[in-house]
Amino acid sequence: MAHTKLWTKYIVLIAGSILMIYPILWLFGSSVKSNTEMNSTSLFPSHFEWNNFLDGWTAIPGFTFGQFFLNSFFIAGLSVVGTVLSSALVAYGFARIKFPLRNFWFAILMITLMLPTQVTLVPQYILFKNFDWIGTALPIIVPHFLAVGPFYVFLINQFVRGIPNDLDESAKIDGCSQLGIAFRIVLPLCMPAIITSALFCFIWTWDDFLAQMLYLTDTAKYTVPLALRLFLDNSSAVTWGPMYAMSVLSILPCFIIFMFSQKYFVEGIATTGIK
Amino acid sequence: MMNAMKISKRNKLVDGLWGYAFISPWLIGLFLLTLIPMGQSLYFSLTNYHLLESPQFSGLGNYKEIFMNDQTFTQALKVTFLYVFVSVPLKLAFALGVAMLLYKSIKGMSIFRAVYYLPSLIGGSVAIAAIWRNLFGYDGLVNKLLGTFGIPTTDFINMPNTSLSTLIVLSVWQFGSSMVIFLAGLKQIPKDLYEAAAVDGASKTRIFFKMTLPMLTPIILFNTVMQTINSFQMFTQAFVITKGGPIDSTLVYALYLYQKAFVFFDMGYASALAWILLVIIGISTVIIFGTSKKWVHYEN
Repeated sequence: MAHTKLWTKYIVLIAGSILMIYPILWLFGSSVKSNTEMNSTSLFPSHFEWNNFLDGWTAIPGFTFGQFFLNSFFIAGLSVVGTVLSSALVAYGFARIKFPLRNFWFAILMITLMLPTQVTLVPQYILFKNFDWIGTALPIIVPHFLAVGPFYVFLINQFVRGIPNDLDESAKIDGCSQLGIAFRIVLPLCMPAIITSALFCFIWTWDDFLAQMLYLTDTAKYTVPLALRLFLDNSSAVTWGPMYAMSVLSILPCFIIFMFSQKYFVEGIATTGIK
Repeated sequence: MMNAMKISKRNKLVDGLWGYAFISPWLIGLFLLTLIPMGQSLYFSLTNYHLLESPQFSGLGNYKEIFMNDQTFTQALKVTFLYVFVSVPLKLAFALGVAMLLYKSIKGMSIFRAVYYLPSLIGGSVAIAAIWRNLFGYDGLVNKLLGTFGIPTTDFINMPNTSLSTLIVLSVWQFGSSMVIFLAGLKQIPKDLYEAAAVDGASKTRIFFKMTLPMLTPIILFNTVMQTINSFQMFTQAFVITKGGPIDSTLVYALYLYQKAFVFFDMGYASALAWILLVIIGISTVIIFGTSKKWVHYEN
């Protein structure tokens, strides 16, 4: 009796897994299909058309996807640096220092978590236009240095609170300054939360389509998602294979990061309960 | 004595300064990128403002136009509410169901969890949008499968009565992140409660409805609020997969707002739309919290 129950559970879970993973497998399969096999129902073709990757790489005239990948890595990389630095500082300040209006500001931080991005979209665009930043990556990168993502601050803050206070106290007695306590003692112990923030920031910036579309107006500065959208809209039956090949490459960085650091993602979501 | 008080007073001041120094990046960002822009946006919403000209005050003109004459607004609202009302409950139901199957640490649990979570991580990408167009297209796999059961084929993406459902399916497919939150919640329920219930001879269904589900209600509330807020703002997939069409059948609110602002450069009108969205999201959140007194179970 118990055995059959367990088996049904496994069968349901495995069937569900196949359903969940199938669209992704289908994308991988389509990336190596030739035109003639594109509409077949089998997951993988009889003949693997690896040339799709070569054709796709140079499909956008005048550029290669290498350029777009560099742009994406540049933007996502700097955004991660900015987010980690600013969020760790802010999170430490909220968690460890008593200052006037602390609870008030923290409440504001939590409210901004629920604010729709659309409300600030137009004025922010005008602000960056006045800075003459349209066409550059600055409107995407700079806000990350100002801890705009309340999610990251909240995540690291939760972690700092879990670290025993006696460590700071003894450091204070030894004459360590606030900066010293933060950077030498507390924040190094928060590495798991900081790594989780860095991983989420990388993946969300990589896929943040709207901001990239608004601010990166020059094809030479396009990121991978923008280039892919251009490719998708200009694709005809002949170029489906190469287009899917580039689609596969575009999700590969996120895929690899997830494979090697699954536990950080799961713990990050579980502690903050977001996304 | 006086000296000690002076020192403690000085320490407080020093701490206060350090505190503000530490949170200063966020404070600057809050004012520069959130609060001031929100005020500006409220002001713009009361003006006629084309991107290349300066704003002309027009009172409630934009709001009047939106509520009295703008049929596209009504359509966008309809599409968005349909999307939110169908996708959020379905997503949460799947998330809870699979979490229930997974939480009693069975073998391979972490692999299953990874597989079910993966779509949440990459579901918003252009790559997934591209493959969605293929899967639900006229020659796509979904049609071919339906064809083998004798169900007539439809061009899901390009038919007005089915296009929105492809976006809903895509949203439900990404139930993994809610599932992970449910899993964390299920783990918090003390084991001895289950044992006590089993000793009392309670059936499994009874345990689920009388114990597990009530104890999860705070997490259900949290997930409902966050998913509702996010779903109201859905943009990328409607923009890339269906472009809002056919005949505005997938013109979600955020997409309509984008078009007004960055295709027609009608910044005043778009700002009014943004504030209406903020109010809608605010009211929805208040309603969800309001009903929560009736169904959310809090431990004292």
